[in-house]
Amino acid sequence: MVSGPLPTGGDIHGHDHDHDSGHLTDVALRVRALESLLIEKGYVDPAALDAIVETYETKIGPRNGARVVARSWVDPDYREWLLDDATAAIKSLGYAGRQGEHMVAVENTGAVHNLVVCTLCSCYPLPVLGLPPVWYKSAPYRSRAVIDPRGVLAEFGVSLPPETKIRVWDSTAEIRYLVVPMRPAGTDGWSEERLASLVTRDSMIGAGLAIDPRSLAAEGRA
Amino acid sequence: MIPRKAALDAGDALLPIAREGDGPIFGEAWEAEAFAMVVALHEAKLFSWSEWTAALGREIAAASRSGDRDSGGSCYLHWLAALERIVVDKGAASRSALEQRKAAWARAAEATPHGQPILLANDPQSKGSP
Repeated sequence: MVSGPLPTGGDIHGHDHDHDSGHLTDVALRVRALESLLIEKGYVDPAALDAIVETYETKIGPRNGARVVARSWVDPDYREWLLDDATAAIKSLGYAGRQGEHMVAVENTGAVHNLVVCTLCSCYPLPVLGLPPVWYKSAPYRSRAVIDPRGVLAEFGVSLPPETKIRVWDSTAEIRYLVVPMRPAGTDGWSEERLASLVTRDSMIGAGLAIDPRSLAAEGRA
Repeated sequence: MIPRKAALDAGDALLPIAREGDGPIFGEAWEAEAFAMVVALHEAKLFSWSEWTAALGREIAAASRSGDRDSGGSCYLHWLAALERIVVDKGAASRSALEQRKAAWARAAEATPHGQPILLANDPQSKGSP
């Protein structure tokens, strides 16, 4: 793609007749125009752009949120704080900033399972969960999660006892939800770090459960 | 609690939810680049993050007024439109410079044989190209 050194300094004699090329879409042309101009003017560095994408794809991801959840599993005071004022409790672990404000944590119990959907683009808590997967923003997910949450969860491989109620929360730019999944059985005495490895992105939007260590053992990974 | 907008899109309920494993976070490479530019410009202090979310919010609101039902696929289109606007508003590049550069890339792409990397220097109107 565009990343990498671009020819700079060329004096462009454009005449503003705007037509799509055979092998770049209109959108790709707009992105290239922005990127090449911003690089020339020194606002952005191509290597930094690659690093940002890699960071969000692999490092930030959902690991920050996983640490929040793991802390809430081992520290009842922290859990209480998280459920009372999630933004502050999350910030105390150093995760704040880009769309990490206005957080609300909702806890899963035997009685209630929480599922989050997002009807706008700006609702996803980046510092905690990283970037949303493509399917999460898709219209089918958002519609079906509201109409038939149990069916959607079943499709995702999550079967809940019939007595467990499902609550669907609409994340917006004003309120962004973090699901605190139930701590799996058989994890007594585990360190926070080890517990965090059981917390998946899906479990923090309610589209999954925390990983059951027995399933890890069965795969020989525990 | 129930997203009204989503509930109205009942036709979507018939479609499968495309999920593969954890799923990619970007549908296309340009989305990743548009995303990264916003983060980089924020780091370069061209704008604050609240200025950015306000700009993005305005694009989304404008799109929904004109009938866009905010399907997931359009999120990064709003993102890109907001990025262009904030770059112009902050004086980092003019609207006409963006338009001219876009036209230059289109000419460069047309002049580039398939399979070759598209370079701005391939624009027949660019200085220095044959």
